[in-house]
Amino acid sequence: MENNNNLPEPDTRPDVKDPSRRDFLKKSALITAVALTPAHAVKAAEKHMDERIAEAFEKMPLSLEINGAPHNLMVEPRSTLLDILREQLDLTGTKKGCDLGQCGACTVHVDGHRVISCLTLGIMVNGKKVTTIEGLAKGDQLHPMQEAFLKHDGFQCGYCTPGQIMSAVACIREGHANSEHEIREYMSGNICRCGAYPNIVNAIQEVKEGGLPV
Amino acid sequence: MENIKKRKASATEGLDRVDGRLKVTGKAKYSAEYNTKGLVYGVLAGSTITSGTIKTIDAKAAENAPGVLAVYTYLNSPKIPGYQDPPTQPKGPFRIFDDNKIYFNGQPVALVVADTFERAQYAATLIKVAYDKASFQTDLKSNISAGVSPRNGKDYVKGQEDAYKTAPVKIEQEYILPTDVHNPMELHTIIANWDGDDKLTVWDKTQGVLGTQRSIAQAFKLDPKNVHVISPFVGGAFGAALRTWQHEIAAVMAAKALKKPVKLVLSRAEMFTAVGYRPYTWQKMGLGATPDGKLVGITHEASGQTSMYEDFTEGTVNISQLMYACPNVNTRYRLVSLNVNTPTPMRGPGEATGAIALECGMDELAYALNMDPIDLRVVNHADTDPQTGKPYSSKFLKDAYQLGADAIGWKNRNRKPASVTENGWLVGYGMGTGMFGAYRGAATVLARLLADGTLDLETAVTDIGPGTGTAMTNIASEVMGVAADKISVKIGDSALPPSPTQGGSSVTSTVGSAVNDACVQLKEKLKELSGTAEGGNLSYAQILQAHNLPQLEVTVTSKSSPEAAKYAMYSWSVHFMKVLVHPTTGVVKVDKAVSVADCGTIVSPKTARSQIIGGTIMGTGMGLMEEAVIDHRYGRLVNNDFANYHVPIQADIPQLEALFVNKPDPYINPMGAKGMGEIATIGVAAALANAVFNATGKRVRDLPITPDKLI
Ligand code: FES
Ligand code: FES
Repeated sequence: MENNNNLPEPDTRPDVKDPSRRDFLKKSALITAVALTPAHAVKAAEKHMDERIAEAFEKMPLSLEINGAPHNLMVEPRSTLLDILREQLDLTGTKKGCDLGQCGACTVHVDGHRVISCLTLGIMVNGKKVTTIEGLAKGDQLHPMQEAFLKHDGFQCGYCTPGQIMSAVACIREGHANSEHEIREYMSGNICRCGAYPNIVNAIQEVKEGGLPV
Repeated sequence: MENIKKRKASATEGLDRVDGRLKVTGKAKYSAEYNTKGLVYGVLAGSTITSGTIKTIDAKAAENAPGVLAVYTYLNSPKIPGYQDPPTQPKGPFRIFDDNKIYFNGQPVALVVADTFERAQYAATLIKVAYDKASFQTDLKSNISAGVSPRNGKDYVKGQEDAYKTAPVKIEQEYILPTDVHNPMELHTIIANWDGDDKLTVWDKTQGVLGTQRSIAQAFKLDPKNVHVISPFVGGAFGAALRTWQHEIAAVMAAKALKKPVKLVLSRAEMFTAVGYRPYTWQKMGLGATPDGKLVGITHEASGQTSMYEDFTEGTVNISQLMYACPNVNTRYRLVSLNVNTPTPMRGPGEATGAIALECGMDELAYALNMDPIDLRVVNHADTDPQTGKPYSSKFLKDAYQLGADAIGWKNRNRKPASVTENGWLVGYGMGTGMFGAYRGAATVLARLLADGTLDLETAVTDIGPGTGTAMTNIASEVMGVAADKISVKIGDSALPPSPTQGGSSVTSTVGSAVNDACVQLKEKLKELSGTAEGGNLSYAQILQAHNLPQLEVTVTSKSSPEAAKYAMYSWSVHFMKVLVHPTTGVVKVDKAVSVADCGTIVSPKTARSQIIGGTIMGTGMGLMEEAVIDHRYGRLVNNDFANYHVPIQADIPQLEALFVNKPDPYINPMGAKGMGEIATIGVAAALANAVFNATGKRVRDLPITPDKLI
């Protein structure tokens, strides 16, 4: 982590760190029951109000830019960038293939670098710029890598494809696309069960040799 | 061999995938990607024992966890209506939450539904189950003697049984293929949304929307028309989505009980136990021949694993009845019931497993005869179907051998094993043949010509990756003379005209024929309208405009003709491998691979080439790396993720060559096209094993050929 500046300030409110916070209404209700509890506190406990209050405390603010658009969200700290994209923002172009950092289907760019979004908590990208497959084309004009994947049939079912393309773009940007061999090594984090590997290599080589900006 | 170049499918030749733009931009929507209002999330919890009964379930903590709407177990789950009838068979599909019995490790014991995925996932960890453990068996190898004949399954005998034993030259060997798991990149998923009490929509990962419709309708006793199954994009399946699994039934049940749309996505670990896999199979092959290589006898035995509750039989030994001309053939198949989940067909299903024994066996026999393995196959080439004696509809297997041998550089192969090195690596060449029935079923296609001259094609079939829509477009474009970009295809929806499940290498033949026939009829109608034999000089659009027609539509059902039954119909493949083996570490590298397919006319060159190389890659996984490992002390899988279950990755695969004989089959269908999805994989693993033997002199008969087996 070279830059922590963008992380949200740690929350210092005492109840946020208290694991028993969900029960505070129930507990206070219990304790105060002896001493004549206010009726509304008991009612609130019954209606799971404590849970709802706790829920608000459990979420953290997350500000980030996705495909050029700013987003201000409240997210649970445990939510991954992948699930936030897919489940909260309906950006389903980024795929879940394993949720364990083992397949590359969820690859996105964070500040221009390829990142496995299933192993990235949302709050880790606060203040950063995220690019997903949906943000790669310029309107109707496909990114050269997308064109090359089409031409070379760099996919079959298409499920690994967004991850492959995001990885492929980064592979060239990183300077790791200088030979077939090098491309294979640096694209090995992206599994394609349909077996489009040779076609993917051909697509990347063509883009690299074509010299168009990626 | 004239013009090999021409037959070599160039990587960029032919129509781009018609749905390619959607796939490269992230706009293609797979089944987990539909945002229905009020969606809630289901997560399964699995059994931690392998056999026994559930004693108690404590779901309180899970039920009280934030966001949890319900926890379903066998104790409280609403009954599935279709499961209440007494079973008609002694064995059958596993019925989720039906009782307290545990048949395999990881069997779902609870379903948690919560308002977010994270909350459901967390709550699922809070469920406490106490079990009464029972003894179990998960190891096929130590249970082979417990194998039984499949019901309705008879041993096959042609001529004399075990004739190989008395042949002048013979081999007898055993082969093991461990459990392989489909592991498509897309996790199995369903979103179920009820609309009232008797109607629902599901967005489902399935190879057949109508099959899923039937299964759900049966389970919930609904009119199939009231079950709408939507599945326009499927992120790979390879057989794993041929049937409706219990997680799908559970999600439909929960959605009904909660009156909310429920989304259930399996985890990668659950992809090993909640859906099927290629069964662990033991095989024994006996081959006998005359000194000049004529086969005298083939005996092929196999024992495959199945679950305790359901029999799963596959055609492992059938390939030995069908491949070569041989007077005496007998085969036996046995089922071994273990405490595992039920297997299911995986690409090239039993034939791919059987081809390991047959094609490695043929290689071993060629060595015993001191003969070239291709020559041995040509000597025993079947000119008519060995099982029925019928003529073949078409067969150019000998051409395929020649094409592949030339392309791989077979002449550089030194018959003597472990005799060639390149830069310190041992070099070996090997080959293996594949075959699979070429089928054509019935399908209905709607073809609609619009006033602007564009053409719509609609049918229910799904596309799990091969490019069904692209093939349909190619066929329609060819018949109608309409440019591909003026054709749009709508598939993957049970509300569309019926067509079969995608599987068994039959969709292009079946659905493609219906596209062909619909387009032919549409053309006829246009001719009638225009009043001239060929439609004169008027374009289709002009003909419609001249008659003031906004559109012209036909719906055509097409199926095989009785004439076709006179022929034996198969697709063939030959896979050639050149491998490098590192003498000290035992690492095997595929240096070059050539796969030749004899499967009739190629209707869609670009996607066909991809399908063949994709199959070669899957076969490479089967041969060199894939193996689901159970710790038999606990009956539990130990490598149920991509870090430990190795599938081929980019670094494992060189440039691959796919060659097509590309000669039409005159009888199967109007296009002359036969299937290629299975033959792409059948024979690959054997070719690899044979190449490794040629490189090292070591015959590895228990796959995968991992480095430890070579040092
Ligand atoms: S989903 Fe992130 S690596 Fe597989
Ligand atoms: S295209 Fe299907 S997994 Fe890569």
